[in-house]
Amino acid sequence: MLTIRNLHAGIEEREILNGINLEIKAGEVHAIMGPNGSGKSTLASVLAGREGYTVSRGKVDFLGKNLLELSPEDRAREGLFLAFQYPVEIPGVSTTNFIKTALNEIRKYHGEDPLDAVGFLKLMKERMKLLQIDQSLLSRSLNEGFSGGEKKRNEIFQMIMLQPKLAILDETDSGLDIDALRIVAQGVNQFRSKENGILVVTHYQRLLDYIVPDFVHVLYNGRIVKSGTKELALELEEKGYDFIKNTTSETEPA
Amino acid sequence: MILSRIQPVKQNQLKKKNLINWKKSKNSMRDMMDPVQYFTIKHQQLQDLKKDSALSVIRNKGLEAFTRLGIPTLKHEEWKHTRISGLFNKDFEFAIDQAVPSLSDQEIKALRLPGHEVANEIVFVNGCYSPSLSRISTGDHQLRIVPLEEAARNEYREFVSKHLGHSGNYLKDGINALNTAFAHEGVFIHVKKGHAIEYPIYLYHITDSRTNNNYSQVRNLILVSELAQVQIVQTFGTIGPLESFANEVTEIVAERDSITSFYKIQNENSNANLVSTTHIHQIGKSQTHTVTISLDGGIVRNNLNIVLDAENCESHLCGLYLIKGQTHVDNHTTVDNVKPNCFSNELYKGIMDEQATGVFNGKIFVRPQAQKTNAYQSNKNVLLSNKASVNTKPQLEIFADDVKCSHGCTVGSLDEEALFYLRSRGIGEKKAQSLLLHGFAADILEDIKIKPIRDYIDHLITERLEYEES
Ligand SMILES: Nc1ncnc2c1ncn2[C@@H]1O[C@H](COP(=O)(O)OP(=O)(O)O)[C@@H](O)[C@H]1O
Ligand SMILES: [Mg+2]
Repeated sequence: MLTIRNLHAGIEEREILNGINLEIKAGEVHAIMGPNGSGKSTLASVLAGREGYTVSRGKVDFLGKNLLELSPEDRAREGLFLAFQYPVEIPGVSTTNFIKTALNEIRKYHGEDPLDAVGFLKLMKERMKLLQIDQSLLSRSLNEGFSGGEKKRNEIFQMIMLQPKLAILDETDSGLDIDALRIVAQGVNQFRSKENGILVVTHYQRLLDYIVPDFVHVLYNGRIVKSGTKELALELEEKGYDFIKNTTSETEPA
Repeated sequence: MILSRIQPVKQNQLKKKNLINWKKSKNSMRDMMDPVQYFTIKHQQLQDLKKDSALSVIRNKGLEAFTRLGIPTLKHEEWKHTRISGLFNKDFEFAIDQAVPSLSDQEIKALRLPGHEVANEIVFVNGCYSPSLSRISTGDHQLRIVPLEEAARNEYREFVSKHLGHSGNYLKDGINALNTAFAHEGVFIHVKKGHAIEYPIYLYHITDSRTNNNYSQVRNLILVSELAQVQIVQTFGTIGPLESFANEVTEIVAERDSITSFYKIQNENSNANLVSTTHIHQIGKSQTHTVTISLDGGIVRNNLNIVLDAENCESHLCGLYLIKGQTHVDNHTTVDNVKPNCFSNELYKGIMDEQATGVFNGKIFVRPQAQKTNAYQSNKNVLLSNKASVNTKPQLEIFADDVKCSHGCTVGSLDEEALFYLRSRGIGEKKAQSLLLHGFAADILEDIKIKPIRDYIDHLITERLEYEES
């Protein structure tokens, strides 16, 4: 579903990603781990289409389309979703209105009729329970004054409302206490299916106890230096990132 | 309600009688008149028409001040960003009596605001109160509406002479003086003691520019008595394709334990120019809420003065200017803390697109005796085009030491991070922009407590922001 080939990207003159190769198939959960500053968020941003990054080399194919040519909104409409590491506060726009607008924009793109208010509310009520999100939170301005945990839960809530095909979760676990982490993981696991792909970006192994990945990749200095199964995450946890820094890159780009 | 006035002079008679043209460009130099000269002659005509008027004295004072001050130019500190003098170079028709065109109900229908079915509607045409187009549903014992000339002579005489013209203490310019020089066809509104008026008062200022450019003036005085509550909505409309220029002054006196809400809606076209002054004098412990919404127009200048002249007064001032094209909107506000323990909170927001220009000038005065003043002010602006601009200036003059005052202003473009966040959820760029802007304006809208009016403004704003999509 997502194929990244030799992706080089950076900000202005500075190259942050130095040749990323990654393939995610439908039904798979991949985890990308790596120390701070290794380029995890940069990768997520480039995939979601954030402005300010230049892609100097490489290709990204998403469901048969050249992802890098699409606008951010079209990427989302094609089924890509990014749960932000730092969700943005939007004054004066309620979460409900925001999600409803997004959902209907996506439906419109696919030639479907918009959901009416009643249909939307029904869907929302159903899915709110799963993330133990309160109605009052959803009628407040989007993320404004939300606690860290509320913001992250809201990201996952948006994901299960919009039902993307591929979800990238950028440090969704950071700043969550154990209960919130469980709730968030539950939401993600509910979303997990044979049709969907998930890319979990995390600094710590902890989240992967709850969202068990099929593959784990280690990102270091803008490259995937090691790939493996979920055991790799445990090894990292045990030995720390120094263990990667000391080994030279094992997966050279093709 | 019958206006007691002299017999109206018919339009054409008036023209023949007073063969003066105010800067008719096609005419020779001989006919060209300077505005001061022009208004002096007009003023004399008015005074002659209304010899026994109780307002004569104040009008004379107004003219005297006007001749002394003249039309403000960009050199005037309070007018340096608003070129009002240019408007006086045009050929306007200015009616000084009731020789106003009679508009039909049908013609003003489009200008009526939602909720008008139950509202108390007061209509002014070309600066003159029109009893026939007005509809007062609230009973006389709660709400009285009297022509200003009449109020100046009847039992309100003392009140009128004491309070009419108070704004002149704050607005020392020829524009305010000019309005005073011709104060005559406005109304006096009395919200009576102890009454919470159920239905709002809608004030319509209509200018007819179908056959001539039109200059008009209205002067109103409102008394909100002890323990009374009232909501007032003021709006402006021009009928016809030519230019209009209205110079309107409304003075409000709020007594002890009263609550007054005053909403101003400006949504005309680029040919409609306006100087709109609202002067609120809180003489007893009272609450006032004002919301000023400017969506369209040519040159629009709003003066809002709040004089907190009793202890424990409270005032909320909100404004939104959402403009594009060549529209120029200037909000000058003053909060004068005369007495201790008053609270004021001011929030103005602006969105400027295309070549639109905004001005915000917010003064807060804290007099030496006004200890424990709490005064807050904030002005936030978004520029959507690199040709749009805004001038924002807070001006705090604090002479007491135990006060809490804050002010802040921002000018920026749309938040890129926020825009990306919305787009990353599948929302198209234009729609994301309009959602963000709508969100930016939302807290101002929430301050409008008359639901049909709030919904109406919300609708106008949404329409405007979506329209910009295409
Ligand atoms: N907006 C930016 N401008 C300049 N450098 C940036 C910017 N964002 C990230 N970087 C740099 O790129 C590198 C990778 O950052 P990031 O992708 O956020 O890492 P991670 O998410 O793995 O912690 C870091 O060295 C960071 O300083
Ligand atoms: Mg990061």
